[in-house]
Amino acid sequence: MVSMDLSVRIGSLELKNPVMTASGTFGYGEEYAEFLDLSRLGAVVVKGLSLLPKEGNPPPRIVETASGMLNAIGLQNIGIQRFIDEKIPFLRTYDTKVIVNFFGDSIEEYVAAAERLSSVEGIHGLEMNISCPNKQAGWCIFGTDPRVTTEVVGAVRKATKLPLIVKLSPNVTDISLMAKVAEDAGADALSVINTLTGMVIDIKTRRPKLANRTGGLSGPAIKPVAVRMVYEVFKAVKVPVIGMGGIMHGDDAIEFLLAGATAVAVGTANFVNPNATIDILDGIMAYMKDGKVEDINLLRGAAHAI
Amino acid sequence: MSRYFKAEIQENRPVHTVHNLLTLNVPVSMPEPRPGQFFMIEANKGTDPLLKRAFSLFRKTGQGVQILYRVRGKGTAILKEMKKGTLLEVLGPLGTCYPLPPADAVPLVIAGGIGIASVFSFVEQFSRRAIVFYGARTKDDLLMLDELQGFAKEVRVSTDDGSAGTKGTAADSLRHFLSHHASPITHHCIYACGPHLLLKAVSEIAGAHKIPSYVSMEEHMACGIGACLGCVVKTRDGYARVCKEGPVFEAREIVW
Repeated sequence: MVSMDLSVRIGSLELKNPVMTASGTFGYGEEYAEFLDLSRLGAVVVKGLSLLPKEGNPPPRIVETASGMLNAIGLQNIGIQRFIDEKIPFLRTYDTKVIVNFFGDSIEEYVAAAERLSSVEGIHGLEMNISCPNKQAGWCIFGTDPRVTTEVVGAVRKATKLPLIVKLSPNVTDISLMAKVAEDAGADALSVINTLTGMVIDIKTRRPKLANRTGGLSGPAIKPVAVRMVYEVFKAVKVPVIGMGGIMHGDDAIEFLLAGATAVAVGTANFVNPNATIDILDGIMAYMKDGKVEDINLLRGAAHAI
Repeated sequence: MSRYFKAEIQENRPVHTVHNLLTLNVPVSMPEPRPGQFFMIEANKGTDPLLKRAFSLFRKTGQGVQILYRVRGKGTAILKEMKKGTLLEVLGPLGTCYPLPPADAVPLVIAGGIGIASVFSFVEQFSRRAIVFYGARTKDDLLMLDELQGFAKEVRVSTDDGSAGTKGTAADSLRHFLSHHASPITHHCIYACGPHLLLKAVSEIAGAHKIPSYVSMEEHMACGIGACLGCVVKTRDGYARVCKEGPVFEAREIVW
């Protein structure tokens, strides 16, 4: 039996293996604890939190598309304080890294959220969602204007010593530019990609199917776009990239690693199969065993060699 | 992981042109399903459609779990073609169930269309005790009527076109019953499943008569276990997940 090293580093954070959950698809972890051992995961990334609880969008919030789904949940969450009181004690009982995704409506809110989360035992890293609307600027998305991205990531960087992951929006012309901007502003790692903005129209009612009209596309339908973006970002930055977007099986995860990802996050697959993360981890290990790959880090960016 | 398993199709037979009855062999380790709960069932041949489909428990028999479903879209069309022996991934039983009525109460059960699938085993639980108000578009859309009449105290049928029973909806039928019934209405407890407008009407009638009432809500679902927050309905306490806090809610909790 060949020994296999699955551990990876995301900044100062060491994960026992590269399989993480994608924020917004794994609740606060407890929803899935009945179906798998959370301790087997490299990291659990919990649903995005804001300082105060957020109600989210009216239904219908989800609609299926070919090999994917659109969601317009609207960042509904219980708020940071309830998360600390009710969810962290449960997550602390598992031997895995806990990464908290968070967001704000203003730079001050991002900073306040990061500061509040940084003092909590059991939180090992932060993931910034910069795909939400910037109410200060009134019109832009935090993650689509390089100047605003620099400002918000820089401000959060000063507010926390925890490893800081910035989750990039794919809804930009040049994602490698945005990746460089986030890296320069102090990100320890980048999550690539968030959902792609899309729309489905009901031809009977002649209206958009989602109450919010548009939503975020996820699932296997977006995987080639995500792999391409990971490939481009890997070339543009030195910090680790966490690849995500339509990973359903171990082979999908391998593609992301070959494109340059250090770790992967599993999202929509959790909805289809609550044990998807573990199946994907097993698939990665099977690939390594078949190819006699002793260290998973040897796979990183291998597709760039040609 | 007894709520996530592979189940073998034992039977998948049409009961009407667009309705099928699916019987699944389920593992003995599966928790006992209760009326009102549902299952997420694989209904694809790849990734399109991607998500499992949510179906109410129709009935649990010695042979397994039965699902009565209407062929409505891509997933159910694929499911309809699946043969005996096919293995399907299943998640369940999930969600809340219909709470039991007080011992001396008469359950008034309202079913609209395929809503009968959800309340059928609930009625079966109360031999010759429940009064069922069963509405459908036409007489051809009334499913399992003979069986229902076998164990309900009474079945009051209504159809939109008047082709069977009274002309109108199940809510009309309930309203008429409550206005003309001699026994004290405090002895009733209402349970309903069907289209949103029917449930809203039932809720209003129940409120007017001050009768406790429970409704089974429906929304698009992705995960079925409370993680995605995709299937919410508006309640007095804010949005609630149909898959977790529901599908059965007290009608007065819903913001219609």
